Amino acid sequence: MILFDRVTKLYANQERPALDEVSLEIEKGEFVFLVGPSGSGKSTFLRLVLREERPTKGQVWVTGKELNQLSNWKIPALRRQIGTVFQDFRLLPNKTVAENVAFALEVIGKPASHIRKVVPEVLEVVGLEGKEERRPDELSGGEQQRVAIARAFVNRPILLIADEPTGNLDPGTSVGIMKLLDRINQLGTTVVMSTHDQAIVDQMRRRVIELEGGHVVRDQPRGVYGYAR
Amino acid sequence: MRVNFVASEVSSGIRRNLTMTMAVIITVAVSLGLFGASMLVRAQVSTMKDFWYDKVEVSIFLCGKGSDTPSCAGGPVTKAQRDQIKADLESLKPLVVSVYYESQAEAFARFQEQFKNSPIVDNVKPTALPESFRVKLSDPTKYDVVASAFAGRPGIEQVNDQRKILDKFFRLLGGLQLIALLIALSMLVVTVLLIVNTMRVAAFSRRRETSIMRLVGASNFYIQLPFLLEAAVAAGIGAILAVVGLVFVKIIVIDQVLAPSFQFTAFVGWDAVLAIAPLMILVGVGLAAIAAFFTLRKYLRV
Repeated sequence: MILFDRVTKLYANQERPALDEVSLEIEKGEFVFLVGPSGSGKSTFLRLVLREERPTKGQVWVTGKELNQLSNWKIPALRRQIGTVFQDFRLLPNKTVAENVAFALEVIGKPASHIRKVVPEVLEVVGLEGKEERRPDELSGGEQQRVAIARAFVNRPILLIADEPTGNLDPGTSVGIMKLLDRINQLGTTVVMSTHDQAIVDQMRRRVIELEGGHVVRDQPRGVYGYAR
Repeated sequence: MRVNFVASEVSSGIRRNLTMTMAVIITVAVSLGLFGASMLVRAQVSTMKDFWYDKVEVSIFLCGKGSDTPSCAGGPVTKAQRDQIKADLESLKPLVVSVYYESQAEAFARFQEQFKNSPIVDNVKPTALPESFRVKLSDPTKYDVVASAFAGRPGIEQVNDQRKILDKFFRLLGGLQLIALLIALSMLVVTVLLIVNTMRVAAFSRRRETSIMRLVGASNFYIQLPFLLEAAVAAGIGAILAVVGLVFVKIIVIDQVLAPSFQFTAFVGWDAVLAIAPLMILVGVGLAAIAAFFTLRKYLRV
């Protein structure tokens, strides 16, 4: 699903690379936590997967394609296979819940009949039935994140990227979001989630990749957030 | 392609950005209006050229009593000289289409007619006006052939080409047209800059939407299309306003004011307006689309 082969990313005007010769592989169907302090390279990793950045050196393979050789006009096709969720939800404030989810399908040219069918379905999956006509500012943080997840999942991506999805939520709400992501993972979508939330990582017992200073310092199949070092 | 979706994006974009859109419409209208006006002046010049070059003649004035040019040293033109000149002119066919002899009496009659409201008529005697040959050429630009053959010949006071007088006038009109065109071009540059800025503001005010569109894999075309259409619609409205202005100029200024006052010349017809209008619309919409396209490449990259 994702393969990094000695990937180095050096941003302009910076001396230390954000990622330094990182090699790792994530299999289809996995649920992976990406942990590490701020500035350790988590976000760069996710941006490389989304092809928002190109690596300075090395190769990034996503869904069987080497992203360096992917021409610009094929990037949208890549991103249609990847759902993305962020800490700050990124919903459109002037659209309702249903419209926000439908937007993701409209802009990739899906027919209206298809949209009418799948939007209620995905809203049910994320547990927002009955709130279709609400606007984001009428929802709690957890509910807003569910809308964002519905939007990311409505096109049934094979990979879901979550950048600190519980970073703005209280622990109780976070558990609900994690259950939802777990369910999406069980439906066959590979999930890569960066997080600082120790309790969640410890509880879920999934694969943990820890980055520090642009290096992979730990890669455990059923890890916890960190050793007491 | 979701036509409804794109259409609603465009209309909401225009409403959100109404003041800037208005500014684009007005600048496009003014600059294209100037552009169209300069084109119209050009069409007018060529209409007048067609009209006048058809009528211009080369005048060969013959020596009279008071003539003091060297070629008239032998006194007034003799009958032999006059007949010889006429025969030589006839031999220049087909360049010379027709030759008309105007006697002093005829010249005087024409003079009286031209200046009938002026006291100058009373002071001019028929003998003060020269007799002349009025020569019509098949190609008015070949005036030199006639001039070199006849200028300075005994009995000929002067060879005059009316085209020279007209050319001065046309050069003046051409200069005016060039100035109008230069102003129009600089206005078009201003228009492009304004559209670039408008698109930048629009891209900024919709950055949330576009960032989501990028993330969910909308194609570049789909992301940029609403912006392109917005610019094209604004420019199209401006261009239509400019065309309406041009039609207005044709009806009011040319047909109702100029044409009745200056009946001696021809004015541009509707065919010129019909030829210029599509050009204006094309230039306007094309400029807007090009400006928007390059702005979007800069501000809406994948």
